[in-house]
Order: sequence, then C-alpha cells, then structure tokens
Amino acid sequence: MSTVELPAGGAAPIGLRRPRPVSSRFLRSELRLIFGRRRNIAGLAVLALVPIIIAVAVKVSAPRPGDGPDFFASITGNGLFVPLAALTVEITLFLPLAIAVIAGDSIAGEANLGTLRYLLTVPVNRTRLLAVKYAAITIFAVAATMLITVVGLVIGVALFHGGSMTLLSGNQIGFGGGLLRVLGATVYLAVQLAALGAIGLFLSSLTEQPIAAMAGLVVMTVVMYILDSIPQLGWLGPWLLTHRFTAFGDLLRSPVAWDTLRQGVICAASYALIFWLASWARFAGKDITS
Amino acid sequence: MTDGTTVTEPAREGGPVRVPEAELAVRTRGLTKRFKHQIAVNGIDLQVPVGSVFGFLGPNGSGKTTTIRMLLGLIQPTAGSHELLGRPVPEHALPLVGSLVEGPAFHPYLSGRANLARLDAADRYSDPATMRTRVDAALDRVGLLPAAGKRYRAYSLGMRQRLAIAAPLLMPRRLLILDEPTNGLDPQGTREVRHLIASLSDTGATVLVSSHLLSEVEQICTHVGVMNAGTLVTQGTVAEVRVGGTQRARVQTPDPAGAARVLTELGLTEVQQQDAAALGTVGDVAVEKVVPALVHAAIPVLGFTIERPSLEDLFVALTGEGFDVNG
Repeated sequence: MSTVELPAGGAAPIGLRRPRPVSSRFLRSELRLIFGRRRNIAGLAVLALVPIIIAVAVKVSAPRPGDGPDFFASITGNGLFVPLAALTVEITLFLPLAIAVIAGDSIAGEANLGTLRYLLTVPVNRTRLLAVKYAAITIFAVAATMLITVVGLVIGVALFHGGSMTLLSGNQIGFGGGLLRVLGATVYLAVQLAALGAIGLFLSSLTEQPIAAMAGLVVMTVVMYILDSIPQLGWLGPWLLTHRFTAFGDLLRSPVAWDTLRQGVICAASYALIFWLASWARFAGKDITS
Repeated sequence: MTDGTTVTEPAREGGPVRVPEAELAVRTRGLTKRFKHQIAVNGIDLQVPVGSVFGFLGPNGSGKTTTIRMLLGLIQPTAGSHELLGRPVPEHALPLVGSLVEGPAFHPYLSGRANLARLDAADRYSDPATMRTRVDAALDRVGLLPAAGKRYRAYSLGMRQRLAIAAPLLMPRRLLILDEPTNGLDPQGTREVRHLIASLSDTGATVLVSSHLLSEVEQICTHVGVMNAGTLVTQGTVAEVRVGGTQRARVQTPDPAGAARVLTELGLTEVQQQDAAALGTVGDVAVEKVVPALVHAAIPVLGFTIERPSLEDLFVALTGEGFDVNG
C-alpha cells in the first residue's frame, strides 16, 4: 500500500511511479492502432499488389524496349528492377495518398473522435504527442516503401533471375551490390515520404476533419508535381519537395550520382523540420474544444 | 499500485466536511474564457475543498464544461488562473486527476479493453506490468467486464458512458472531475454511478461532478456550486447554500391575525396570513426569538417551523426555469 500525497511543490507527485524518461509504450500503441486498422491494412495490400502486377504483366507480355519508365525495360534482365519500377509507379500517387491517410488521421482523427481530449488529460504532453504521432508516420513511410520493395524483390527474383545487375549507366555489379542499391533507393523514398508526412501532420493539426487534412495533402502533392512540370516555373523546382522524389534512380548509376540525392535528403529534412515546428506552434497552445 | 490513499476525513454521511480552508483541491481566481464574441466563463472563483463531493450545477450552456476544460488544460483561459491539488502549475497535478469531459470518446473499432489499454499506454506514470489487472479492475468497477472484448462501436450509450467512467479509474486519483457522468444512463445506471462516486469519495478522493440535473447529484454532494450564464452564482456546503436562500418562518396557530401582527413587530417581512398559520420571511431576525415573543403576546402556538427552500427551488431561482439556452 502506497500513499498518494502531494508535496508542496516538487516535480513528480510522490506515490505515483516515477515516469520513465523515455518509453516506447505510447509509440507502440500508436503503431498497433495504425497497423491494426483494417482500412490501413487494405491500403498496404494495394501498395503490395503493384509490384506483383508489374512483374506478372512484364512476364506475360513481350518486352518492348523503350516503352515506359527506364526500369521496366530492365526488369527482364534482372528481378531487382521490379521493386524499382513499382516504387517509380507508386510514388506519383499511391504512396503520397497512403501517407496522406495516416498523417491526416494523426491529430484530426483523434480530434474528430474526441479521443484527443482524453489523451491530453491522461496527461500526454502536447509536444510528446506530436513527436509520437510523427514518429509513427515516419515508421509507416518506411514500412510502406519496404513492403513494396520486399514484395517486388520476391516476385522479381521468382519470375526473372537475380544474379548480377546491369546499371542504368551500363556497368555490371553483383547481386549483393544491386540489392544494397535497391534498399538504398527504398530508404531514400521513405525519407521523402516522411517529409511529406510532416506537411500532413501540420494540416492535421489545423482541422478536426481527417478527410480534409488527407485531401489537403494530396492536393498539395499534386500541385507541387504540376508546378514542377511548368517550364516557366523552373526556378521554383528545386524548392519543391516532389522535385527530387525520383532521384533515387541516381543510385543505379556507377558511380552513384550523389549530388541530387544529397540535395533531396537535405530538402526533405528541411521540409520535415519546418512543418513539424509549424505543427508544434499551431498545436501547443491550441484550444481543444473537440 | 493499489488505491491505498490516506483518508483524513470520513468524507460522507452527515453534512458538511470540515476541511481547513487552505486545502482546496480546485481553486480558481478570476478564471475567464472569452470566445470570439462571447464570454463563456466570467471571472469565477471556484473553491472545491479537499475530500468534498462538489456538485457543479448549471443549465446547459452555463459554462460548466468550458470551466472544466480550462481546469484540465484543454483550453487556455483568457484571464485568471487556477490551482489543482494545491499546485500553481496545474499540469503537474494532472497525473493525479481523473476526468470525464463532455461524454465518452473512444476508438470505435477497438474493444473497450483495448481502448483503456491505449490510454494506459499513453500514461507515463502507469506501470505496464500491472496494466492488464488495472484495466480489468476498472472495467469491473463499472460493470463492463463481460463486454470488455466487444468493439466500442457495438456498445450502447450507457455502456459507452460506463467505459468513459472506467478510464479515470485506471490509476489512483486524488481528484476526479466528472462532467455529466450520468448522461445517457438509465435510472439503474445513474444509481450505480452515484454509488461509485460515493465509494471514490470514501477513499479520500475529491470529486467534482457537473450536472444540469440537480436531482441526480443532490443526494451525494457535500458542496455545490451553481453556474449561470458564465458566472458562479453561489458555492459552498449544501447547508450554506440553502441558508443563503430566503428562510420563511411558519407559525401554526388558531390566531393567525395575532401571530402575523407579532411577526411584523419582530421585523419579519412579507408576512402572510393563512387559515391556521402565519408566515414571514426571517431575514436578519434571530429565529429563536420568534416563539418567546409569540408566547409573550399570548398567541397560542401549535407549531413553529423554519422553511428552507429545497435545493431544487434554489437552483431554479438562481438559474431560471425553462428551455432558455444561454448564449
């Protein structure tokens, strides 16, 4: 039996267990919520279906060199190109959409259900809530891209052979080296999507409607793609997050063209930082009336 | 951790609790909230003594929930300050405060048990090793254990309300802030909630319970505070608040006219005569002087009573009756 008494002005209430400075319990609960939800599982299944469709389609049809993205032509040469082709296809809409759903839900979803007020009165510090929510979005970004890559690798190597890989620059590298580059491309895209997720987190802190935050992020992504495609706005391109999404292809050159990749990571990190801080500025003192 | 809180006061049964004035579980000073064009809460000085069951009353829209949200740090006051459990930074007291704010809210596709587990996981003070036991104990306490594995979306309104009451019971609490805990419950459930509040109070916890229905909390409260249109119109022990209302002296006598004359001479106001009684509002007159004066004037006194308004009458007098929504 312990007594719960309050000291006059101490930091932690005596009698309650001293809180651990860092605990992953809340984050794990958040991940269970994301990955346990049927809607999200269905979404991930769709993401995983794309590399399968691509691999099967390429297998059953005669190769037509020069058609489609670069990676498609190379698939018959090496199964390692299946995940790359799938990522290229999905980064245009499916992956940003998946991130938009998760990020849109993060704060607005809880506000919409009313669970936000109960989390905050547990109490969960607002900064901690934003940190955990963003960590979960980032983990989802990694999980989504990795899922596509792993499924792509398995089906690719099963339907086409593995072995040494002919790079876009024409050089040949071993299977291990190729695998490493594919994984590198996956991580690069996960970083880009995590930055997109920070924008989503910010939008989600503005509203009580998860759908609005989700749609907002999808619209922003599409607008960035459009602005990036207007030649007269070429000066704007480097500042747009989406501008270097497909730069992961540079990993498939020998030597690797690091410049754009490095810029891409810096750009993504800047977006993530700025929008996380914007969410914090917005959320830290916000009146929760939901 | 068990609920082994120190009980300094036999808090219930038999009128007001004697608590030193400094020991306030909730204290607000000029707490004010202004939304764009409207003052929702207007400079209230709420004082909830430690160990009390404080009935926070007022019609819908009178500012009760806004006040509670400010106490819990969900919304920022426009002006004023508040202390919880004696702490000037109320956030520091929150781990010891359990709350129910404006009805239940949970993840619909999770079970009741999973919903409580999630809240527990978010609590840095809770021990993961005892989580399972504490969750089931809280569910058991509100009678939800048989439905613990059911999805929240399949719960009835009453079950949802019970789950919301179970959530603050996951951890030992010194203060419970329950906003309309009996909403959506049938009479049976309402009784159970009353018992629950009584048993929480018996462990030494202070309970602040808001309601727009006086009758639901009247029986269990030691203290009340009444809100109307954003203002705290009265607060204190139930007895104090009732004294604050007008007391009427009723003299049963075969000589109402004579009695009425004596009452008027004594200084009672609004003196009325009835068939076999005379009535007057006591005001500042010492009640004990009334009967001797009547006897002295040779008025036969068959009965003498001081009529205090019921809490219900007071409530209506303070907040108005009917369907007017303030705001």
